[in-house]
Amino acid sequence: MIHTLQQIFHSGKFKLGFAIFTSLLAFIFIYPIFIPEAPLAILGQGTFFPPGIYVNVYDSLDTSKYIINQEGAAKRRIANKLSEDDRVAIKEYLVAAGVDESRIDITNTDELLQQWKATFDPKRSIKGFTNAKRNYYIRLNTALQSLYSTGPAIIAVNDPETNTLLESKKVTVTEYVNVNEVPTVRIFPLGTDNFGRDMLTELVAATKTSLQIGFIAGLIATLIGLTLGLLAGYIGGFVDDIINFISNLFIVIPPFVLLVLISFSIGQEQRGASTVAAVIGFTSWVWTARAVRSQVISLRNRDHVNLSKLSGHSIPHIILTDILPYIASYVIMAMILQISSGILAEASLSILGLGPKTTEVPTLGLMMNWAMIYQAQLQGNWWAYFPVLAVIALIAFSMNLMNTGLDQVFNPSLRD
Amino acid sequence: MAEKRKLCLSAKGLTKVFGFGKTRTVAVDNVDFSFYEGEVISIVGESGSGKTTLSKMLLGLINETEGEIFFLGQKRDIRSQRNKQEYWKNIQAIFQDPFSSYNIFNKIDSVLLDCIKMRGGGNLPKEKKIEMMREACSFVNLKFDELTNKYPFELSGGQMQRLMIARIFLLKPKILLADEPTSMIDACSRATILDMLMELRKEIGMTVIFITHDIGLAYYVSDSVYIMEHGKFVESGTPDEVILHPKQPYTKRLINDVPKIYEEWDLSTVG
Repeated sequence: MIHTLQQIFHSGKFKLGFAIFTSLLAFIFIYPIFIPEAPLAILGQGTFFPPGIYVNVYDSLDTSKYIINQEGAAKRRIANKLSEDDRVAIKEYLVAAGVDESRIDITNTDELLQQWKATFDPKRSIKGFTNAKRNYYIRLNTALQSLYSTGPAIIAVNDPETNTLLESKKVTVTEYVNVNEVPTVRIFPLGTDNFGRDMLTELVAATKTSLQIGFIAGLIATLIGLTLGLLAGYIGGFVDDIINFISNLFIVIPPFVLLVLISFSIGQEQRGASTVAAVIGFTSWVWTARAVRSQVISLRNRDHVNLSKLSGHSIPHIILTDILPYIASYVIMAMILQISSGILAEASLSILGLGPKTTEVPTLGLMMNWAMIYQAQLQGNWWAYFPVLAVIALIAFSMNLMNTGLDQVFNPSLRD
Repeated sequence: MAEKRKLCLSAKGLTKVFGFGKTRTVAVDNVDFSFYEGEVISIVGESGSGKTTLSKMLLGLINETEGEIFFLGQKRDIRSQRNKQEYWKNIQAIFQDPFSSYNIFNKIDSVLLDCIKMRGGGNLPKEKKIEMMREACSFVNLKFDELTNKYPFELSGGQMQRLMIARIFLLKPKILLADEPTSMIDACSRATILDMLMELRKEIGMTVIFITHDIGLAYYVSDSVYIMEHGKFVESGTPDEVILHPKQPYTKRLINDVPKIYEEWDLSTVG
């Protein structure tokens, strides 16, 4: 036993897969200890906040100020204030006014503003521009003028008696606050999703649920496949014919279609995570049964099985002690694959909207589904789907690596 | 003398066919025989002549396609598991390859304990069981105390085959089917093992059926010899008749193929 374990951990592929998988598991269990937040708590009002550190503006006003004279700060501020839409509008005006298009670079703020200053004339009417558009450019020009202002911004509070604004604070352009001193800071390492929920917390919870679904599905599939395979292979004859007939049926109907149909007929309300896991398990046992059956057929005529028969052992005893230990390594390998394909099946089901109920627990597939419905991929909100994809890929990759590593240990002809 | 001998195992029209259609092979073809109690019978033939299939049918490990097997003069009925287990108390086997004969996950003690259980000794006190196992091991020149807690694959081939004989010693069956018990073992251990088998036979008075391709061994140990070719018995009789005065060309060839020291090997008859 110890020797086998040593051999298994001698395989580089297994070690790598095991390391990835255990670090994922460790992260899933350690993260909630430090951040015990409900994974589906809605924090942000709005959709898809990008990843980053969020500093409370109100509290930062009361935080002690530091004056820092930074070179290029003004330039960066102006560049940041000028939005992408405004830049495009400026370019459109410049081209219409006769500036050579190849000379306009909308990413170069300085040059763009200089060109604008040189070209813009509020009285000039350009052919093809509506009145509203002309007014828009006049407003844009006024806004651009204020870009250069370096005066302080004034914070005012409303006096409830006179209903007038009273100046309470001035904020100059060189004032800074230390993020560590602001009492309320929220970090969204992976941003928020479409409902304003912390992506990372949600992802950790989803990974846990998905792994649970995968384990339950893999366990069910392996148990059914193992039992049927052992019976079909060892007893043979009529039992074998019946089991073969059933598994042929399951092979002919693609399991995913079956999965979709069963999930649909169960209905949205009844579909909890464990129900989905069970459905996946009950539809994916076929190949395990097939493989176990053929292994058992090759084992059942071996001498040690014959000797066991001659020693008066019963059929269950022979199956459990003379057949099962010989295929145990194979079954464990098959189970690892079943778990990883269970996770993938859940993700595929959920992305079609046939996964577990959406209000209770997040799963990896559900997160993909939400990102898809709210068009994260069209808006470029990569944080809403890419980490989920990466986790799914990592789980499948690590499990397949472990499987290959085990294969190399148990099947010496594959060793490299 | 022939009237005194009691029929032990006999068969009528025994046939085994594998596959069907193009892959149909007749492994054992309409074989009749009568083995008598206390005899040593040798079944000699080339590889693929159906010896092992015949032995498996006699053991009840595979079903015969046609024909009947009689055990102690009565038609053998081993359709139910219970009958089979009862039958296997009377007939036991030693297999060709000692390395694949044991379950590599079970310790040696359990192999021997199974035998005691099968003889109805499951409820004996532990000391008595160990006493019996020690006796069996010392009969085959193995030290039981060295074997406890060891796995079969930690032994040498000769030791494993001797452990097999220790099994038979504990089981004391009426018939022993030895399917090429010495073909995987070197010449020195071979003689020891054969001597042990013969001694055991004398002690418990069992019928021994030797399945072998070694015609010299057959001459050395047996009371009657059956020559098997393509699933049929082509010649049978006492070793003196069959081996010293062979009638069939196949038998002559088998005898000729035995390599002899100090003599040039005649390859002209091969093939």
